[in-house]
Amino acid sequence: MRGSLYNAIFAAGITLVLACLMLGVRLGAEGTTLTVYGAGADRWEWILAGVGLVFLSQLFSTQLGRLSSRIPRPDLGALKPQDATWKVIKPWLLAALVVGLLVWPFMVSRGAVDLATLTLIYIMLGLGLNIVVGLAGLLDLGYVAFYAVGAYTYALLSEYFGFSFWACLPIAALLAAAFGFILGFPVLRLRGDYLAIVTLGFGEMIRILLNNWTSITGGPNGISGIEKPTLFGLEFSRRASEGTQTFHEFFGIDYSSGQKVIFLYLIAVLLVIVVIYLINRLMRMPIGRAWEALREDEIACRSLGLNRTVIKLSAFTLGASTAGFAGCFFAARQGFISPESFIFIESAIILAIVVLGGMGSQIGVILAAIVMTVLPELAREFSDYRMLMFGLLMVVMMRWRPEGLVPMKRPHLELK
Amino acid sequence: MSQLLLDVNELTMRFGGLLAVNKVNLSVKHRQIVSIIGPNGAGKTTVFNCLSGFYIPTDGSIMFNGQQLAGLKDFQISRKGLVRTFQHVRLFSKMTVIENMLVAQHRHLNTNLFAGMLKTPSYRRLEKEAMDRAIYWLEEVNLLQHANRAAGNLAYGQQRKLEIARCMSTQPQLLLLDEPAAGLNPNETKELDQLIVRLRDEHEISILLIEHDMGLVMGISDHIYVIAQGTPLADGKPDEVKQNPDVIKAYLGES
Repeated sequence: MRGSLYNAIFAAGITLVLACLMLGVRLGAEGTTLTVYGAGADRWEWILAGVGLVFLSQLFSTQLGRLSSRIPRPDLGALKPQDATWKVIKPWLLAALVVGLLVWPFMVSRGAVDLATLTLIYIMLGLGLNIVVGLAGLLDLGYVAFYAVGAYTYALLSEYFGFSFWACLPIAALLAAAFGFILGFPVLRLRGDYLAIVTLGFGEMIRILLNNWTSITGGPNGISGIEKPTLFGLEFSRRASEGTQTFHEFFGIDYSSGQKVIFLYLIAVLLVIVVIYLINRLMRMPIGRAWEALREDEIACRSLGLNRTVIKLSAFTLGASTAGFAGCFFAARQGFISPESFIFIESAIILAIVVLGGMGSQIGVILAAIVMTVLPELAREFSDYRMLMFGLLMVVMMRWRPEGLVPMKRPHLELK
Repeated sequence: MSQLLLDVNELTMRFGGLLAVNKVNLSVKHRQIVSIIGPNGAGKTTVFNCLSGFYIPTDGSIMFNGQQLAGLKDFQISRKGLVRTFQHVRLFSKMTVIENMLVAQHRHLNTNLFAGMLKTPSYRRLEKEAMDRAIYWLEEVNLLQHANRAAGNLAYGQQRKLEIARCMSTQPQLLLLDEPAAGLNPNETKELDQLIVRLRDEHEISILLIEHDMGLVMGISDHIYVIAQGTPLADGKPDEVKQNPDVIKAYLGES
């Protein structure tokens, strides 16, 4: 009891200090100087109530724990159908999901479709980084660099040489893969923290290069007016540029700006399905197992005749090419890119998606990407506290579900 | 067979001023169990590290099947058919037992990305062969019923056996075992004893063994080398080594 009293006082004290700093005082401009304002009385009441709550919950934490353990938990495992039935329903469920994804945008608002497209981009990025961090265990903090390479590949090729989106898609993936290869070489021997620092530096290098190479990339002004993707040469604009036809003219329907948004969304769905399929195959192939083996024990890998150079480089290049894919699509969707879009915080968010979802788990990464992009939009009113909620989510996850939302499930191999 | 499988000449390993291994000679014939014994810190594991390519020896030659191994990379050496285990079990502990076995056969599989994406006939055939080999070896060490469990959740003795099975699935000619009986109970040690002998007699491979369990060593070895402080002290048949006064002195100290 004595111990928990001290603990409770300590926790309440910390809550008070943090709450005072973050909620109790506010900076405001008064002429040319800054002044500190105190919060109003109602807000102080809230703070004190919060402190009291923390104090009481800490004081009676053992009792509360005992109480919560008495609450019966539903057996979620029982809800899952039997293995045999599951095998029958699974393809149908997947088909229904895909059809749902394709039909859904025609029934909702333009904003929702746009948000879904953004989510799909993050899903692609998360899946790509999942190869590097989740499977191969190589902590990469500069992943956004490959995203930038993909985006700028399309932007520059389309601006200077008039390449189309579809032609640039493989080129962007290849070029990003090449950059992954270049980064992979010097870091072959590094692990853990050292690797994180080098990749962080690499990410910054690419961003600073884009920022300063003004003659080609436009520097901080970025590149605007990037062409949108076309459907077999049909444009999605109000008026066709010379020698082409627009989508609505070709099909003889009325023009609406929503068509373009839905088209972009459908491309994103297509890309995500392709990426999920490819990575899913990779994970079940020898190379996928080798990535995981390398994460588990590098020395054992070497003793069994696995060439770690090839394995690490393949993880870096394949992860990077996925980001290149996503980057190319991002540039096409935005129509405008600048180095601002590729700052470190983007890398951190993608990494958070992987960790939150569960390292190596594809479903987990997809769910986490949805959570990380949709939640901030839903909680728009709290946008001031976005980073605070982000941090809180991380702490809560690491405390109660350190293995992620949906931990990776090992494939069950049939023996005969 | 007259030709030596492994012929090590004047192997020397120096770490700065420390002479860890000093002019060690070893030879292993086909279908032979050869042991290296010696007090703690004698340099036995360093010899293994040199043989398996984890260290590049300072001097000396390592001939394996008439090919020079000194200077090759670790993974190249193991591809030639010389595979080792470790003093501390090194499994891919989060992966399942069967996955451990498949990873070991990586180089026998079709690792071409496109072949795997398209599941070409050659990819399927090699994958199936690897699976069969994995099942065969798991059966051999009596672990088949645990095939889909995470390797890290096995009991310690089972992990040891899995490590040997994993090495065997790479189809080696020479197996290097670094203290395989460490931490095993008497029953498990006896099983291991039988397994090693079976590997030699039925699967016709050679084994080079580091071990402290003298019962095991004396019982199964065809030849024994004794190393003390990095220097070869004696070698011979188990009985000869047992009676050698230098060996007794090195183990028990001078009286």
